[in-house]
Parts: sequence; structure tokens; C-alpha cells
Amino acid sequence: MPLNKVVKNAQEACADIQDNMTLMLGGFGLCGIPENCIAELVRQGVKGLTCISNNAGVDDFGLGLLLHQRQVKKMISSYVGENAEFERQMLSGELEVELIPQGTLATRCLAAGYGMPAVFTPAGVGTEVAEGKEVRNFHGRDYLLEMAFDADFAIVKACKGDTMGNLVFRATARNFNPLMAMAGKITIAEVEELVEPGDLDPNEIHTPGIYVHRIFKGEHYEKRIEQRTVRQ
Amino acid sequence: MLDKNGIAKRIAKEVTDGMYVNLGIGIPTLVANFIPQGIEVMLQSENGLLGMGPFPISGEEDADLINAGKQTITTLPGSVFFDSAMSFGMIRARKVDLTILGAMEVSENGDIANWKVPGKMVKGMGGAMDLVASAKNIIVAMQHCDKAGNSKLLSSCSLPLTGVKCVKKIVTDLAVLEVKDGAFHLLERAPGVSVDEIVAKTAGKLIVVGEVPEIED
Repeated sequence: MPLNKVVKNAQEACADIQDNMTLMLGGFGLCGIPENCIAELVRQGVKGLTCISNNAGVDDFGLGLLLHQRQVKKMISSYVGENAEFERQMLSGELEVELIPQGTLATRCLAAGYGMPAVFTPAGVGTEVAEGKEVRNFHGRDYLLEMAFDADFAIVKACKGDTMGNLVFRATARNFNPLMAMAGKITIAEVEELVEPGDLDPNEIHTPGIYVHRIFKGEHYEKRIEQRTVRQ
Repeated sequence: MLDKNGIAKRIAKEVTDGMYVNLGIGIPTLVANFIPQGIEVMLQSENGLLGMGPFPISGEEDADLINAGKQTITTLPGSVFFDSAMSFGMIRARKVDLTILGAMEVSENGDIANWKVPGKMVKGMGGAMDLVASAKNIIVAMQHCDKAGNSKLLSSCSLPLTGVKCVKKIVTDLAVLEVKDGAFHLLERAPGVSVDEIVAKTAGKLIVVGEVPEIED
């Protein structure tokens, strides 16, 4: 069954991720992050990673766990607060950090998934983000040329998926996940619920399985809340 | 002088019926509490939600449902989720009517600096650069002076820029100012604040015409 993308677990899904590779990891803050694959990467101890992810987790959860084990060489993110170990490694020069506008991050994923080498965006025109980049004027406005990402693996988390790799996301846990799913050379999806083909309504699938190479049901989801806020 | 809620309350008057609005973190988030009853407004959260509702009641927090400040929130009738590319797509395509955000500095030509202080830990620009590069209308909510008493309304920004020539209006603890034609134009002053004080605390070019009214409560 070549269209069956199911692997047993995170260990099998991540088995060929090697030192110095570039990974995309879905999620916004701790929302919709591939918890099981991150735990597996920590267990494997793979090193020298370049991680493309909107944020860098917190000290003891999410990508913070990989940072803590010094497995990350470079982070490409839009916002990296809430993480003291990250700050220490960044200030000491152990960790290379490339900060890029959030929409540019999303669009560079999108471009990769849509087979486009680059896109033009106005974000960052006239700022240090524009340094070294081609600026083109269209209809009287300046835009920066931003390249599509080129990542060895994309690791995403979905609410539901079927064995053919079709994915459905939930609420704001969608965020970067469907974009990164389209953008990896190899895409690994971990899901809370794994179902059979036909169980998902084709109208409601967010990511077509053609983009997904491996899928498994995550063993455990903590789904930690970063800022628990309630009505007074 | 206005406190943070006062600034938010004054900015809320700029929000009109039918608007799609993006609120930044900090004082801008408070604006949601003061949007007049009876008008229909959709709040955009750039992590992928249009139609942001209030915080959940205790016990109903959902880890999958947060705003761009990572706070737990709720949806409303008509809410919709989307991915981050579409979120910034609607921002870039200028579908969002109003962006309200904080700033460290604003210049008299509308440049804004709000993401980086050289020598300090840089956390990143998040979505701010995308928002200011494309917003139809940008209102900045901030204190008039920094903690050391230095004006944050300058002839040109000293900090690394977030965007150029984009800020349209500023509401501070002291005043409401419009940014146009290379100058700050004083529109209103906070209760109990004199024009002289605003003049003294505005480092950039400030234009004052006639009697300047107090901000109405």
C-alpha cells in the first residue's frame, strides 16, 4: 500500500533526521507544536540543527527542550521571547539567530509549497531586514525579494489525519502547520487522531496527503498553555 | 494625564462600525474593552483568527485557541480560523482596516521603531513589520516619554526601524496627535495637561493650531 503513509511512532518517523539538517517545525508559541517529534529529537540527540519555527518554545517545553540540549545551531524565527536558555545561548554566540517578519516566514513556507522560488513582500522595506536584499518597485511601492525556504524535513502537528496523510487542523493550532507541511522535502505529520481514508470529509481537509510522507498518532499530548487568561 | 486604560479608551473612539481591526500586544489589547456597544467589529489575531472573542471563563480554556499574545481566548458567532500565510495575506492585501500597536519611538514623518534596542536581548519583530508595511491606517498607543523622561516623538528615530512613513495617529498619556506632512499635529490634549507641557515633551516638529481641546471622556 504505497499510499499508506503510516509509521509506527515518532522514533520511526524521525529515524533518518541527521546532524546539521534544516527542519521546519509547526506551531505558534506552544500551540500546535509537534510535541512527540520534539521529544524524539531530544532522545535521539541529533545535533547542529537549523530550525525554522515561528517561536523557540519556553525553557522546559517545545523547542526549548532541543535548545537546552544544545542541539540547535541556528534558529530562524519571528519572535523568540519567553526563553532564558535561548537568551543565554544567543548572547554568548553559541546560537545563531535569524529574525524575520512573521508574514515573511509564512510566505517563504508558502512559496516552497507552491513551487515558487521567491516572493516579493513589503515587510521590512527601509529596515535592517532589507539589508542585502533585492528591492523592486511595483506600482509605486517598494518590495523585498524573499526566497522560498529549503528544508530537509517539515514536522507538523494536526488534530486529525488519515492513513493517506490528509490532515485537518483545529482552531489556532493550525497556524504554520499546513504551510510547513507543504514545504518540506520530507514531511512528517503527528496527529491526535488517526483515521481511515473516507473518515474525513474531503471538503474539510486542510492539507492534501500528497504533501505528507509519514504520519503517526502521537503517544501523548500535554498541550501546555503558555498564558492562561480567563474572564474576570 | 491618561493611564493605560485612558489611552485605550480614547483609541477605541477611532474604531467604527464594520471595521476589521488588528490589536497589538499591551495597551492595544485593552482597546477591545472599550469598543462602543452596538457597533460590529471583527478583531483579527495574526496567528490565524478573525472574530476574536473575550477570554474564556475559568475551566473552559482551550490550548488550541489562543491570540497572538499566546493568551487563551474564545470565538464569536462568525469567527473563522485560517493559516498564517492567509493571515498575513489579508494584512498585506490591505483588507484589515486598522492596526493599533505600541512603539518605542515614532518620527515626525511616521517612521516607527518598536522591536529592537541595540545591546539588549532582541526578541524579534513578530508580525509588526508585516502589519506596519501594509496597514491602511495605523494608530500608535504609547507613553509620550520613556522612563528616563526622553521624548518618544522624534524628528527621526534613533532605534532600528520597524517600518517607514506609516504611522497616521498617536495617542499618548498626554495627547492625541496626527502625523502628516512631516510633522506631529496636536489634535487633543489629555485632561489637565497643558499645551506647553506637550510642546516641551515633543522632540520632533510639532504643529499647534488654535485652541487645543481636551480629550472628552
